[in-house]
Amino acid sequence: MSLLRRRKPINESDKASEASDLKPQIEKEEDQQEDDNGNDKNKKKIPPRIKKKHVEKPPKWSCLDTCCWFIGCICVSWWLLLFLYNAMPASFPQYVTEAITGPLPDPPGVKLKKEGLRVKHPVFFVPGIVTGGLELWEGRKCAEGLFRKRLWGGTFGEVYKRPLCWVEHMSLDNETGLDPCGIRVRPVSGLVAADYFAPGYFVWAVLIANLARIGYEEKTMYMAAYDWRLSFQNTEVRDQTLSRIKSNIELMVATNGGKKAVVVPHSMGVLYFLHFMKWVEAPAPMGGGGGPDWCSKHIKAVVNIGGPFLGVPKAIAGLFSAEARDIAVARAIAPGFLDNDIFHLQTLQHVMRMSRTWDSTMSMIPKGGDTIWGGLDWSPEEGYSCSKKGERKNDTLIADPGTESAVSQASSANYGRIISFGKDVAEASSSDVERIDFRGAVKGNSAANTTCRDVWTEYHDMGFAGIKAVAEYKTYTAESIVDLLHFVAPKMMARGTAHFSYGIADNLDDPKYKHFKYWSNPLETTLPNAPEMEIFSLYGVGLPTERAYVYKLSHAAECYIPFQIDTSADDEDTCLKDGVYSMDGDETVPVLSAGFMCAKGWRGKTRFNPSGIRTYIREYSHSPPANLLEGRGTLSGAHVDIMGNFALIEDVVRVAAGASGEELGGDQVFSNIFNWSKKINLQL
Amino acid sequence: MASFLRFRKLCYVESALKCSSVGFESFDQSPKIDQKLDKKEEDVISASNYALEINKRKQPRRKLKEWRCLDSCCWIIGYLCAIWWLLLFLHHCLPVTLLQVPELPGVRLKREGLTALHPVVLVPGIVTGGLELWEGRPCADGLFRKRLWGGSFTETIKRPLCWLEHLSLHNETGLDPQGIRVRAVPGLVAADYFASGYFVWAVLIKNLAKIGYEGKNLHMAAYDWRLSFQNTEIRDHALSRLKSEIELMYIINGYKKVVVVPHSMGVIYFLHFLKWVETLPPMGGGGGPGWCAKHIKAVMNIGPAFLGVPKAVSNIFSAEGNDVSYIRAVAPGVLDSDILGLQTLRHVMRVSRTWDSIVSWLPKGGETIWGNMDWSPEEGHVCDFSEKRYSQQSLSDNSVNNSDVKRGFGVEDPAKYGRLISFGKSASVLHSSQLPTVDSKEFLRTSDSQNFNFSCGDTRTEYDEMRRESVQKVASDKAYTATTLLDLLRFVAPKMMQRAEAHFSHGIADNLDDPKYSHYKYWSNPLETKLPDAPDMEIYCLYGVGIPTERSYVYKLSPNSRCKSIPYQIDSSVHGEDDSCLKGGVYFADGDESVPVLSAGFMCAKGWKGRTRFNPSGIATYTREYRHKPPVSLFEGRSIESGAHVDIMGNVALIEDILRIAAGATGKEIEGDRIYSDILRMSERINLRL
Repeated sequence: MSLLRRRKPINESDKASEASDLKPQIEKEEDQQEDDNGNDKNKKKIPPRIKKKHVEKPPKWSCLDTCCWFIGCICVSWWLLLFLYNAMPASFPQYVTEAITGPLPDPPGVKLKKEGLRVKHPVFFVPGIVTGGLELWEGRKCAEGLFRKRLWGGTFGEVYKRPLCWVEHMSLDNETGLDPCGIRVRPVSGLVAADYFAPGYFVWAVLIANLARIGYEEKTMYMAAYDWRLSFQNTEVRDQTLSRIKSNIELMVATNGGKKAVVVPHSMGVLYFLHFMKWVEAPAPMGGGGGPDWCSKHIKAVVNIGGPFLGVPKAIAGLFSAEARDIAVARAIAPGFLDNDIFHLQTLQHVMRMSRTWDSTMSMIPKGGDTIWGGLDWSPEEGYSCSKKGERKNDTLIADPGTESAVSQASSANYGRIISFGKDVAEASSSDVERIDFRGAVKGNSAANTTCRDVWTEYHDMGFAGIKAVAEYKTYTAESIVDLLHFVAPKMMARGTAHFSYGIADNLDDPKYKHFKYWSNPLETTLPNAPEMEIFSLYGVGLPTERAYVYKLSHAAECYIPFQIDTSADDEDTCLKDGVYSMDGDETVPVLSAGFMCAKGWRGKTRFNPSGIRTYIREYSHSPPANLLEGRGTLSGAHVDIMGNFALIEDVVRVAAGASGEELGGDQVFSNIFNWSKKINLQL
Repeated sequence: MASFLRFRKLCYVESALKCSSVGFESFDQSPKIDQKLDKKEEDVISASNYALEINKRKQPRRKLKEWRCLDSCCWIIGYLCAIWWLLLFLHHCLPVTLLQVPELPGVRLKREGLTALHPVVLVPGIVTGGLELWEGRPCADGLFRKRLWGGSFTETIKRPLCWLEHLSLHNETGLDPQGIRVRAVPGLVAADYFASGYFVWAVLIKNLAKIGYEGKNLHMAAYDWRLSFQNTEIRDHALSRLKSEIELMYIINGYKKVVVVPHSMGVIYFLHFLKWVETLPPMGGGGGPGWCAKHIKAVMNIGPAFLGVPKAVSNIFSAEGNDVSYIRAVAPGVLDSDILGLQTLRHVMRVSRTWDSIVSWLPKGGETIWGNMDWSPEEGHVCDFSEKRYSQQSLSDNSVNNSDVKRGFGVEDPAKYGRLISFGKSASVLHSSQLPTVDSKEFLRTSDSQNFNFSCGDTRTEYDEMRRESVQKVASDKAYTATTLLDLLRFVAPKMMQRAEAHFSHGIADNLDDPKYSHYKYWSNPLETKLPDAPDMEIYCLYGVGIPTERSYVYKLSPNSRCKSIPYQIDSSVHGEDDSCLKGGVYFADGDESVPVLSAGFMCAKGWKGRTRFNPSGIATYTREYRHKPPVSLFEGRSIESGAHVDIMGNVALIEDILRIAAGATGKEIEGDRIYSDILRMSERINLRL
């Protein structure tokens, strides 16, 4: 739409200029012909004409006037269009869409209202990382006038205006993981916190609108906004967010006639809410003191959307070298631009320094080690063939003949090696890879520290010896990744390990598991004792998702981040593309992470789920939007866009209106998640 | 705005490129500009110059005609736009410090060592809270979760009738009409700015933030101000939410009691809350008798309308305030004009009469408080508009005021404020014995014949159901006091009063222990409830003085009272002599432009002072008045020393008081009472058993 709007004024202005002088129009055409004839002629012709014009109209039509005239024209036509746009009935775009694509399906809220569904259980949203807005409450000099303005979310205008100031305010203290001195950035509260991330880019808005159709409003909906930069326990320490959520759930359950709450967390919110459920039942100094049956009293269902229960490999790339696939591709296209030192940009370093102060990113590091994510030669997804991609592009639907052969070839990707240095390493069998342990390596003093200016990442402390040692270990699995991160980012990990843990519990009754750092790891906690509760895992499938990386040392390792994804590594047969092995998932979270707990870890009565809470898996197969007018699609399976998926919305609304998992139709699975889960050898 | 401009620039650049048929030459420049959208206009201008240069190459070949009208129009607009952009750019370039911003009181107090201690709850008043749409009729398509009230009010202009329909409540229940759900905007954004640039709470919030307040210890108790107070709980659970929020903030801030700052109608809303929270569950919140003592440190009422405001009377009676009647006087016929199908006032009246909350503003306490035909507590108040309003050297206003009073006693014919409504100027000054007495029973007799059905369009107000004779009859009764006024309103707006009187009461209790006073309709009337048992709590009355405030009205029958308009209007032709308080049909008294001093100050000055029957536990009360000073220069905006009803929220002295209390000071420590007006004298004259 905006595109259309943008185009119109141009046409209009053209028209205006056409209208203003019809004759010249003809002459213009002549010009064109002349142009065709040859440029030389033109050049000769121009000078005398200018003179002529000056003779004819000396003072009036000066350059400045033309300029003003031009601006005036644009303004007027722009206003006119704006006026027309405003005068246009609001249903017009929909009408156009319907005329082109045929009648749209009713939004799920309308449809379900016709079925007679009404508001029943209060609904709680728990937004994920990045999507929640943050606003400034106290800042340095450079942030004057931004009081209670959004620093994160919204238009991001400040990022352009004063980028360094912005980075400074978005960073947390490197030691404590809390506010730096004199800066207070706080989460925006209320539904506005995460309904739209940026203007026009919805996150929760569609779901909220559909819930409103069946009668939901502010008194039955609550957005549990929290500062997503902090570690989960710190949100309670600094902002008392967990207490606030507890109090609000209690209030809403009480004021809605004792109907239990339906909680809808998204992305990292899933882990946050897992943490909350343990916190609320833990005794007071560390926990919320709600008592052992708080969850069963207050929560009907937890409807997890795109939950990275076991972490995401993307987080590693983010922490390790501040790049994801998108950035790596950008670097491949325009090498040097991101690392450009000329404009004092050093963008990536700044981003890295900032994001490393955010404890929450560490909650997304893959959990469960080799048992879950696979070892050097083994991974649960073994045999997955990327040529499934052909199916994804539904337009062609030509079955790739290579599918079988690809499987039969032994060259399937070693997903277990989450980071490998060099493509050959990634593909070689484990016996061929010589590895030198990096853990004991001495970090040399870097001579580079004088020239790197103020952008100081921890890599500078490592020195060349350390960097070399890292590269020589060749390949890293989920377990050794954690060691690697300890090695390259000791400060951050020291902070992080106080708040998060990535292992698998041998004995869940061990008293050490009462500590809050285990609460957000589903493999080291038991679910609350709430047999009537239901846990749903809703996620998209059918999109290639980052699963493992091929790295290389960057050329100029002095002031830059010394490692980067090797975008030249490509392989058709295995899913290697631009240095990234991809897997089935929702573009961010691999199926394994989103589905395993509900498919196996918590299925039935296990040691992680002692009370036998029922779990359901609902997968949504991704199909891209049919045309541009549809926007981000009503059938999308992508990590954030899935929030606009009609099928998902319908499920959420049904649960909120009282349906149980059985009534939804139980599991709905498209991927291989059950097979993969079977291959994982986890004591239950 | 910024994005709009940016967009325009973008178009401009793009079209500039397009105009140059050569096009490609400038391509390398366009991405750069796109990237730095926000960057200066000069870039754009230079780019356009560039484009124009290209243009020029062909322009010579176009034969330019004479300077036509359209062209000059475009030229002018372009000229203006360019200058505007330039100025805007310069404005952005200006360092913030260049504009001499006076230091915020918050900054100063922070230097003194004040930090956030007690959590603060803000309770907004009527009209200032934002309302948003959750479910609407087809005409309101696309407005889901958009503001209907507050913000930019664009919808008012775009689709006024639709807007009015959605803001109305159900005429019988006082709740939502079928199929429409309009709800209060939650959070601090609800009432920080009323319209863009017109602050309400924003300045106070900013100053609180300077000493360390933030989301966890600062809460805005937004509620739907159109509903009656008990209905906000029934429909939205607003009172329960407030209770839960106060309890939560009390706990998470280390068991520090809460400081509550209500404004305007929020004051009586919070009074209602205080009773509600301690009452048993079916009707109340079930907090138990010690709840307030445990959770609340102080209630700092800003511009409190404890005893109602006379403005509400004129509002209900004829949908006009002082301002409206002025407009009518200046341009008669505009408001009542039927030509455009506007009938503005009638629409406004119909909508506002569905709002129960307005009834909570009617003067309470009857003749005892507001005066009768021949007597009023403000008797002898002398208004000299010229001096009071514009005096910048009001150095010794206090003494001036006193001398005024003495002079006032000598005046032959003091304003009879007790007659809240009189028909004709003569009725407002004559002695009561010369006036016919009001007999409310007469109304009842005449109001039963409602078989008149005129073709008055769709804006039928209840006036249409009144007979012509009864309209006359109302006018012939000449003058109404606070007590008889209620009868009058019951007569002219029976449905509304019937609905609202189930929620509000306007009397004075003889015996507060009477079990009937446990009903919620008495909770918002300070003269019919007891304050909670919380001896450590403090109650403040903070309000502005020194602005003439509407106190009583002179009415007339409107010339064509059949269909075209509301049959009564303020007689704006009536003026008193120079030193009389009558101006434009309105008698003025001292106050903050909306609330007379009497209503704002009486309870703190006398009704609750010490241990009275309304205040059995002896809660300490403090009266803090702020004398109005108009802004010295235009640059000052709405003045930092204003005393006006809403502008006082930016008053530096008031903000400082609130900050000190929030940071832990007691009323004694901020020097107790500070009084400029006659409130003590007035209170003395009121004969109320305590």
